[in-house]
Amino acid sequence: MTWSEMQPLLAQACWDTLYMVGWSTLIAVVGGLPLGVLLVLTDRGGLLQNVLASKVIGQIVNVARSLPFIILMVALMGFTRTITGTTIGREAAIVPLAVGAIPFFARLVETAVREVDGGLVEAVQSMGGNTWTIVRKVLVPESLPSLIAGTTTTIVALIGYSAMAGTVGAGGLGDIAVRYGYQRFETELMWITVAVLAVAISLIQFAGDHAARALHRRAGTSGPAPRLRLLKASTATSKTV
Amino acid sequence: MFSPVPMPPHENRVAFPTECTPPGHTHALHPTVTETPVITTSGLTKIYRSHRSRGREVTALDGVDLHVREGEVYGVIGQSGAGKSSLIRCVNLLERPTAGTVTVAGQDLTALAGRGPRASRELRQARSRIGMVFQHFNLLSSRTVQDNVELPLEILGRSGRQRSAKALELLDLVGLADKARAYPAQLSGGQKQRVGIARALAGDPKVLLSDEATSALDPETTRSILQLLRDLNRQLGLTVLLITHEMDVVKSVCDSAALMANGRIVESGTVSELLATPGSELASALFPVGGEATGDDRTVVDVTFHGEAATQPVISQLSRTYNIDISILGAAIDTVGGLQVGRMRIELPGRYEDNVVPIGFLREQGLQIDVVGQEPASVLVKEGAK
Ligand SMILES: Nc1ncnc2c1ncn2[C@@H]1O[C@H](COP(=O)(O)OP(=O)(O)O)[C@@H](O)[C@H]1O
Ligand SMILES: [Mg+2]
Repeated sequence: MTWSEMQPLLAQACWDTLYMVGWSTLIAVVGGLPLGVLLVLTDRGGLLQNVLASKVIGQIVNVARSLPFIILMVALMGFTRTITGTTIGREAAIVPLAVGAIPFFARLVETAVREVDGGLVEAVQSMGGNTWTIVRKVLVPESLPSLIAGTTTTIVALIGYSAMAGTVGAGGLGDIAVRYGYQRFETELMWITVAVLAVAISLIQFAGDHAARALHRRAGTSGPAPRLRLLKASTATSKTV
Repeated sequence: MFSPVPMPPHENRVAFPTECTPPGHTHALHPTVTETPVITTSGLTKIYRSHRSRGREVTALDGVDLHVREGEVYGVIGQSGAGKSSLIRCVNLLERPTAGTVTVAGQDLTALAGRGPRASRELRQARSRIGMVFQHFNLLSSRTVQDNVELPLEILGRSGRQRSAKALELLDLVGLADKARAYPAQLSGGQKQRVGIARALAGDPKVLLSDEATSALDPETTRSILQLLRDLNRQLGLTVLLITHEMDVVKSVCDSAALMANGRIVESGTVSELLATPGSELASALFPVGGEATGDDRTVVDVTFHGEAATQPVISQLSRTYNIDISILGAAIDTVGGLQVGRMRIELPGRYEDNVVPIGFLREQGLQIDVVGQEPASVLVKEGAK
């Protein structure tokens, strides 16, 4: 396979991956942020304490998060068809990707929001602020560095899942690697795909890290900046202040 | 000019012993203090039954009656776990009292609270008129100093222009006009607390609550923050209720004080009332004199005098009249709550029973007499910061 043959394939695949990951990230953030905040608020001792709601939401999130993506994809086929009218292609892949990423991101949001100092919540309460004010002015802005780190983690995870989605005809880089690299022994194309993915993931991580660290430095909170635990666990633990 | 302050009758307040008021005793309270009650709690009780106490019941407040008058700086002191924070948090209902009422500026906040755990709109409005400063400042690290001060005004729905004008004015008032664009992380502890104070004043409150506002600061900074609170109290007529575990705080800024132990107020009153109260723990902690008895069969007596009262002639008169040798173990003159106070610890030969007559003589001279070891033991209020 020559480069001129590979080029359009790769370009299309990159675009497909970007498309799937972009939309599912957006949906995951829009859905996961309120869910994660709600997990904190409804918990025992929370501002909207509701033990039953907290248990139910927590359980749904846990189950959804631990289901293997490939099973989720199959299980959601009916739901996907209702929404997109098809079960094949980029648009169809976004549904299971987003559904899988919402609880994933929600847990990251929950962890981030829990770390916000309760004293700040109390301060805003003492000014006459209500729960919505506290969420908007305290919980979200104060946990922003961790939320950005969580978003980066989610994007990286979604790139991984989108490769699996590719096997059901959604296209993307994962699809190319499997179709050409595995089934047609086009090892060259497969390695290029790997390189593109590696560069893309590194860039995303770099950007996410940088943004989180910049905000974190401004906030001047003690301790290391929130790091991505997914791929960089070793550096994260060795770099304590 | 001086008149004993008429207090609402209640059991916790120490009665004012007029017969003990020495000559030359002047009114310690500054002109902004009026008799209007601003913060009143009655029968305030708080029992924690949370998961934090593992299902155990903790009675943090046990029927507290607090009376803070308009324009005064009122200090509540006590050991760790005495219930001080619970008390101040009940005043703006950050903590829901189990029983009792809280009235701030004539408004019964406990009635506004509503049934559920969430604060009603009326309660939130009332809170916005009560400023609060915290031990750990509680500034939002994601906002600049100016934006932190503007936060209460955002909650009040003020326009951007009004907010920034007010914030800059307040930052100027606390001496941080040049730090408006800095982030809290770039400030020292004292500066952070100044921002905290500016923020607490944004809603033009009549009342400022302060829970150990200086406990995280070094002594020098503590002094300057206390000075600021004092100035605000004088200039704006702001009523300040402050919680502390440090006697020096009470000594330097408070007009009145209360001592808390086990969820109750054990002593309270204006500083001059307390100093004039025989056996007052607060008074002896505010103004300790040293000196140990030199032997077993000795009587040690603390003589307290206010203002210009001269003790020396009285002591020599005592010595001559009863023909006894008096040794002076210690003496000090100090300013407490703007009031000059002198205290002298003297020793008389013989046990207390042998000295009833000379001690009676001293009392007749209008001096405040505390026989050391006879009254309930004086306990210095001391504790580590939480
Ligand atoms: N949220 C809470 N849940 C359970 N117990 C509490 C809570 N807050 C305070 N307490 C308990 O109430 C008592 C009084 O505490 P606090 O008001 O903080 O005292 P202080 O401020 O004088 O140190 C302590 O025994 C403390 O452990
Ligand atoms: Mg406390």
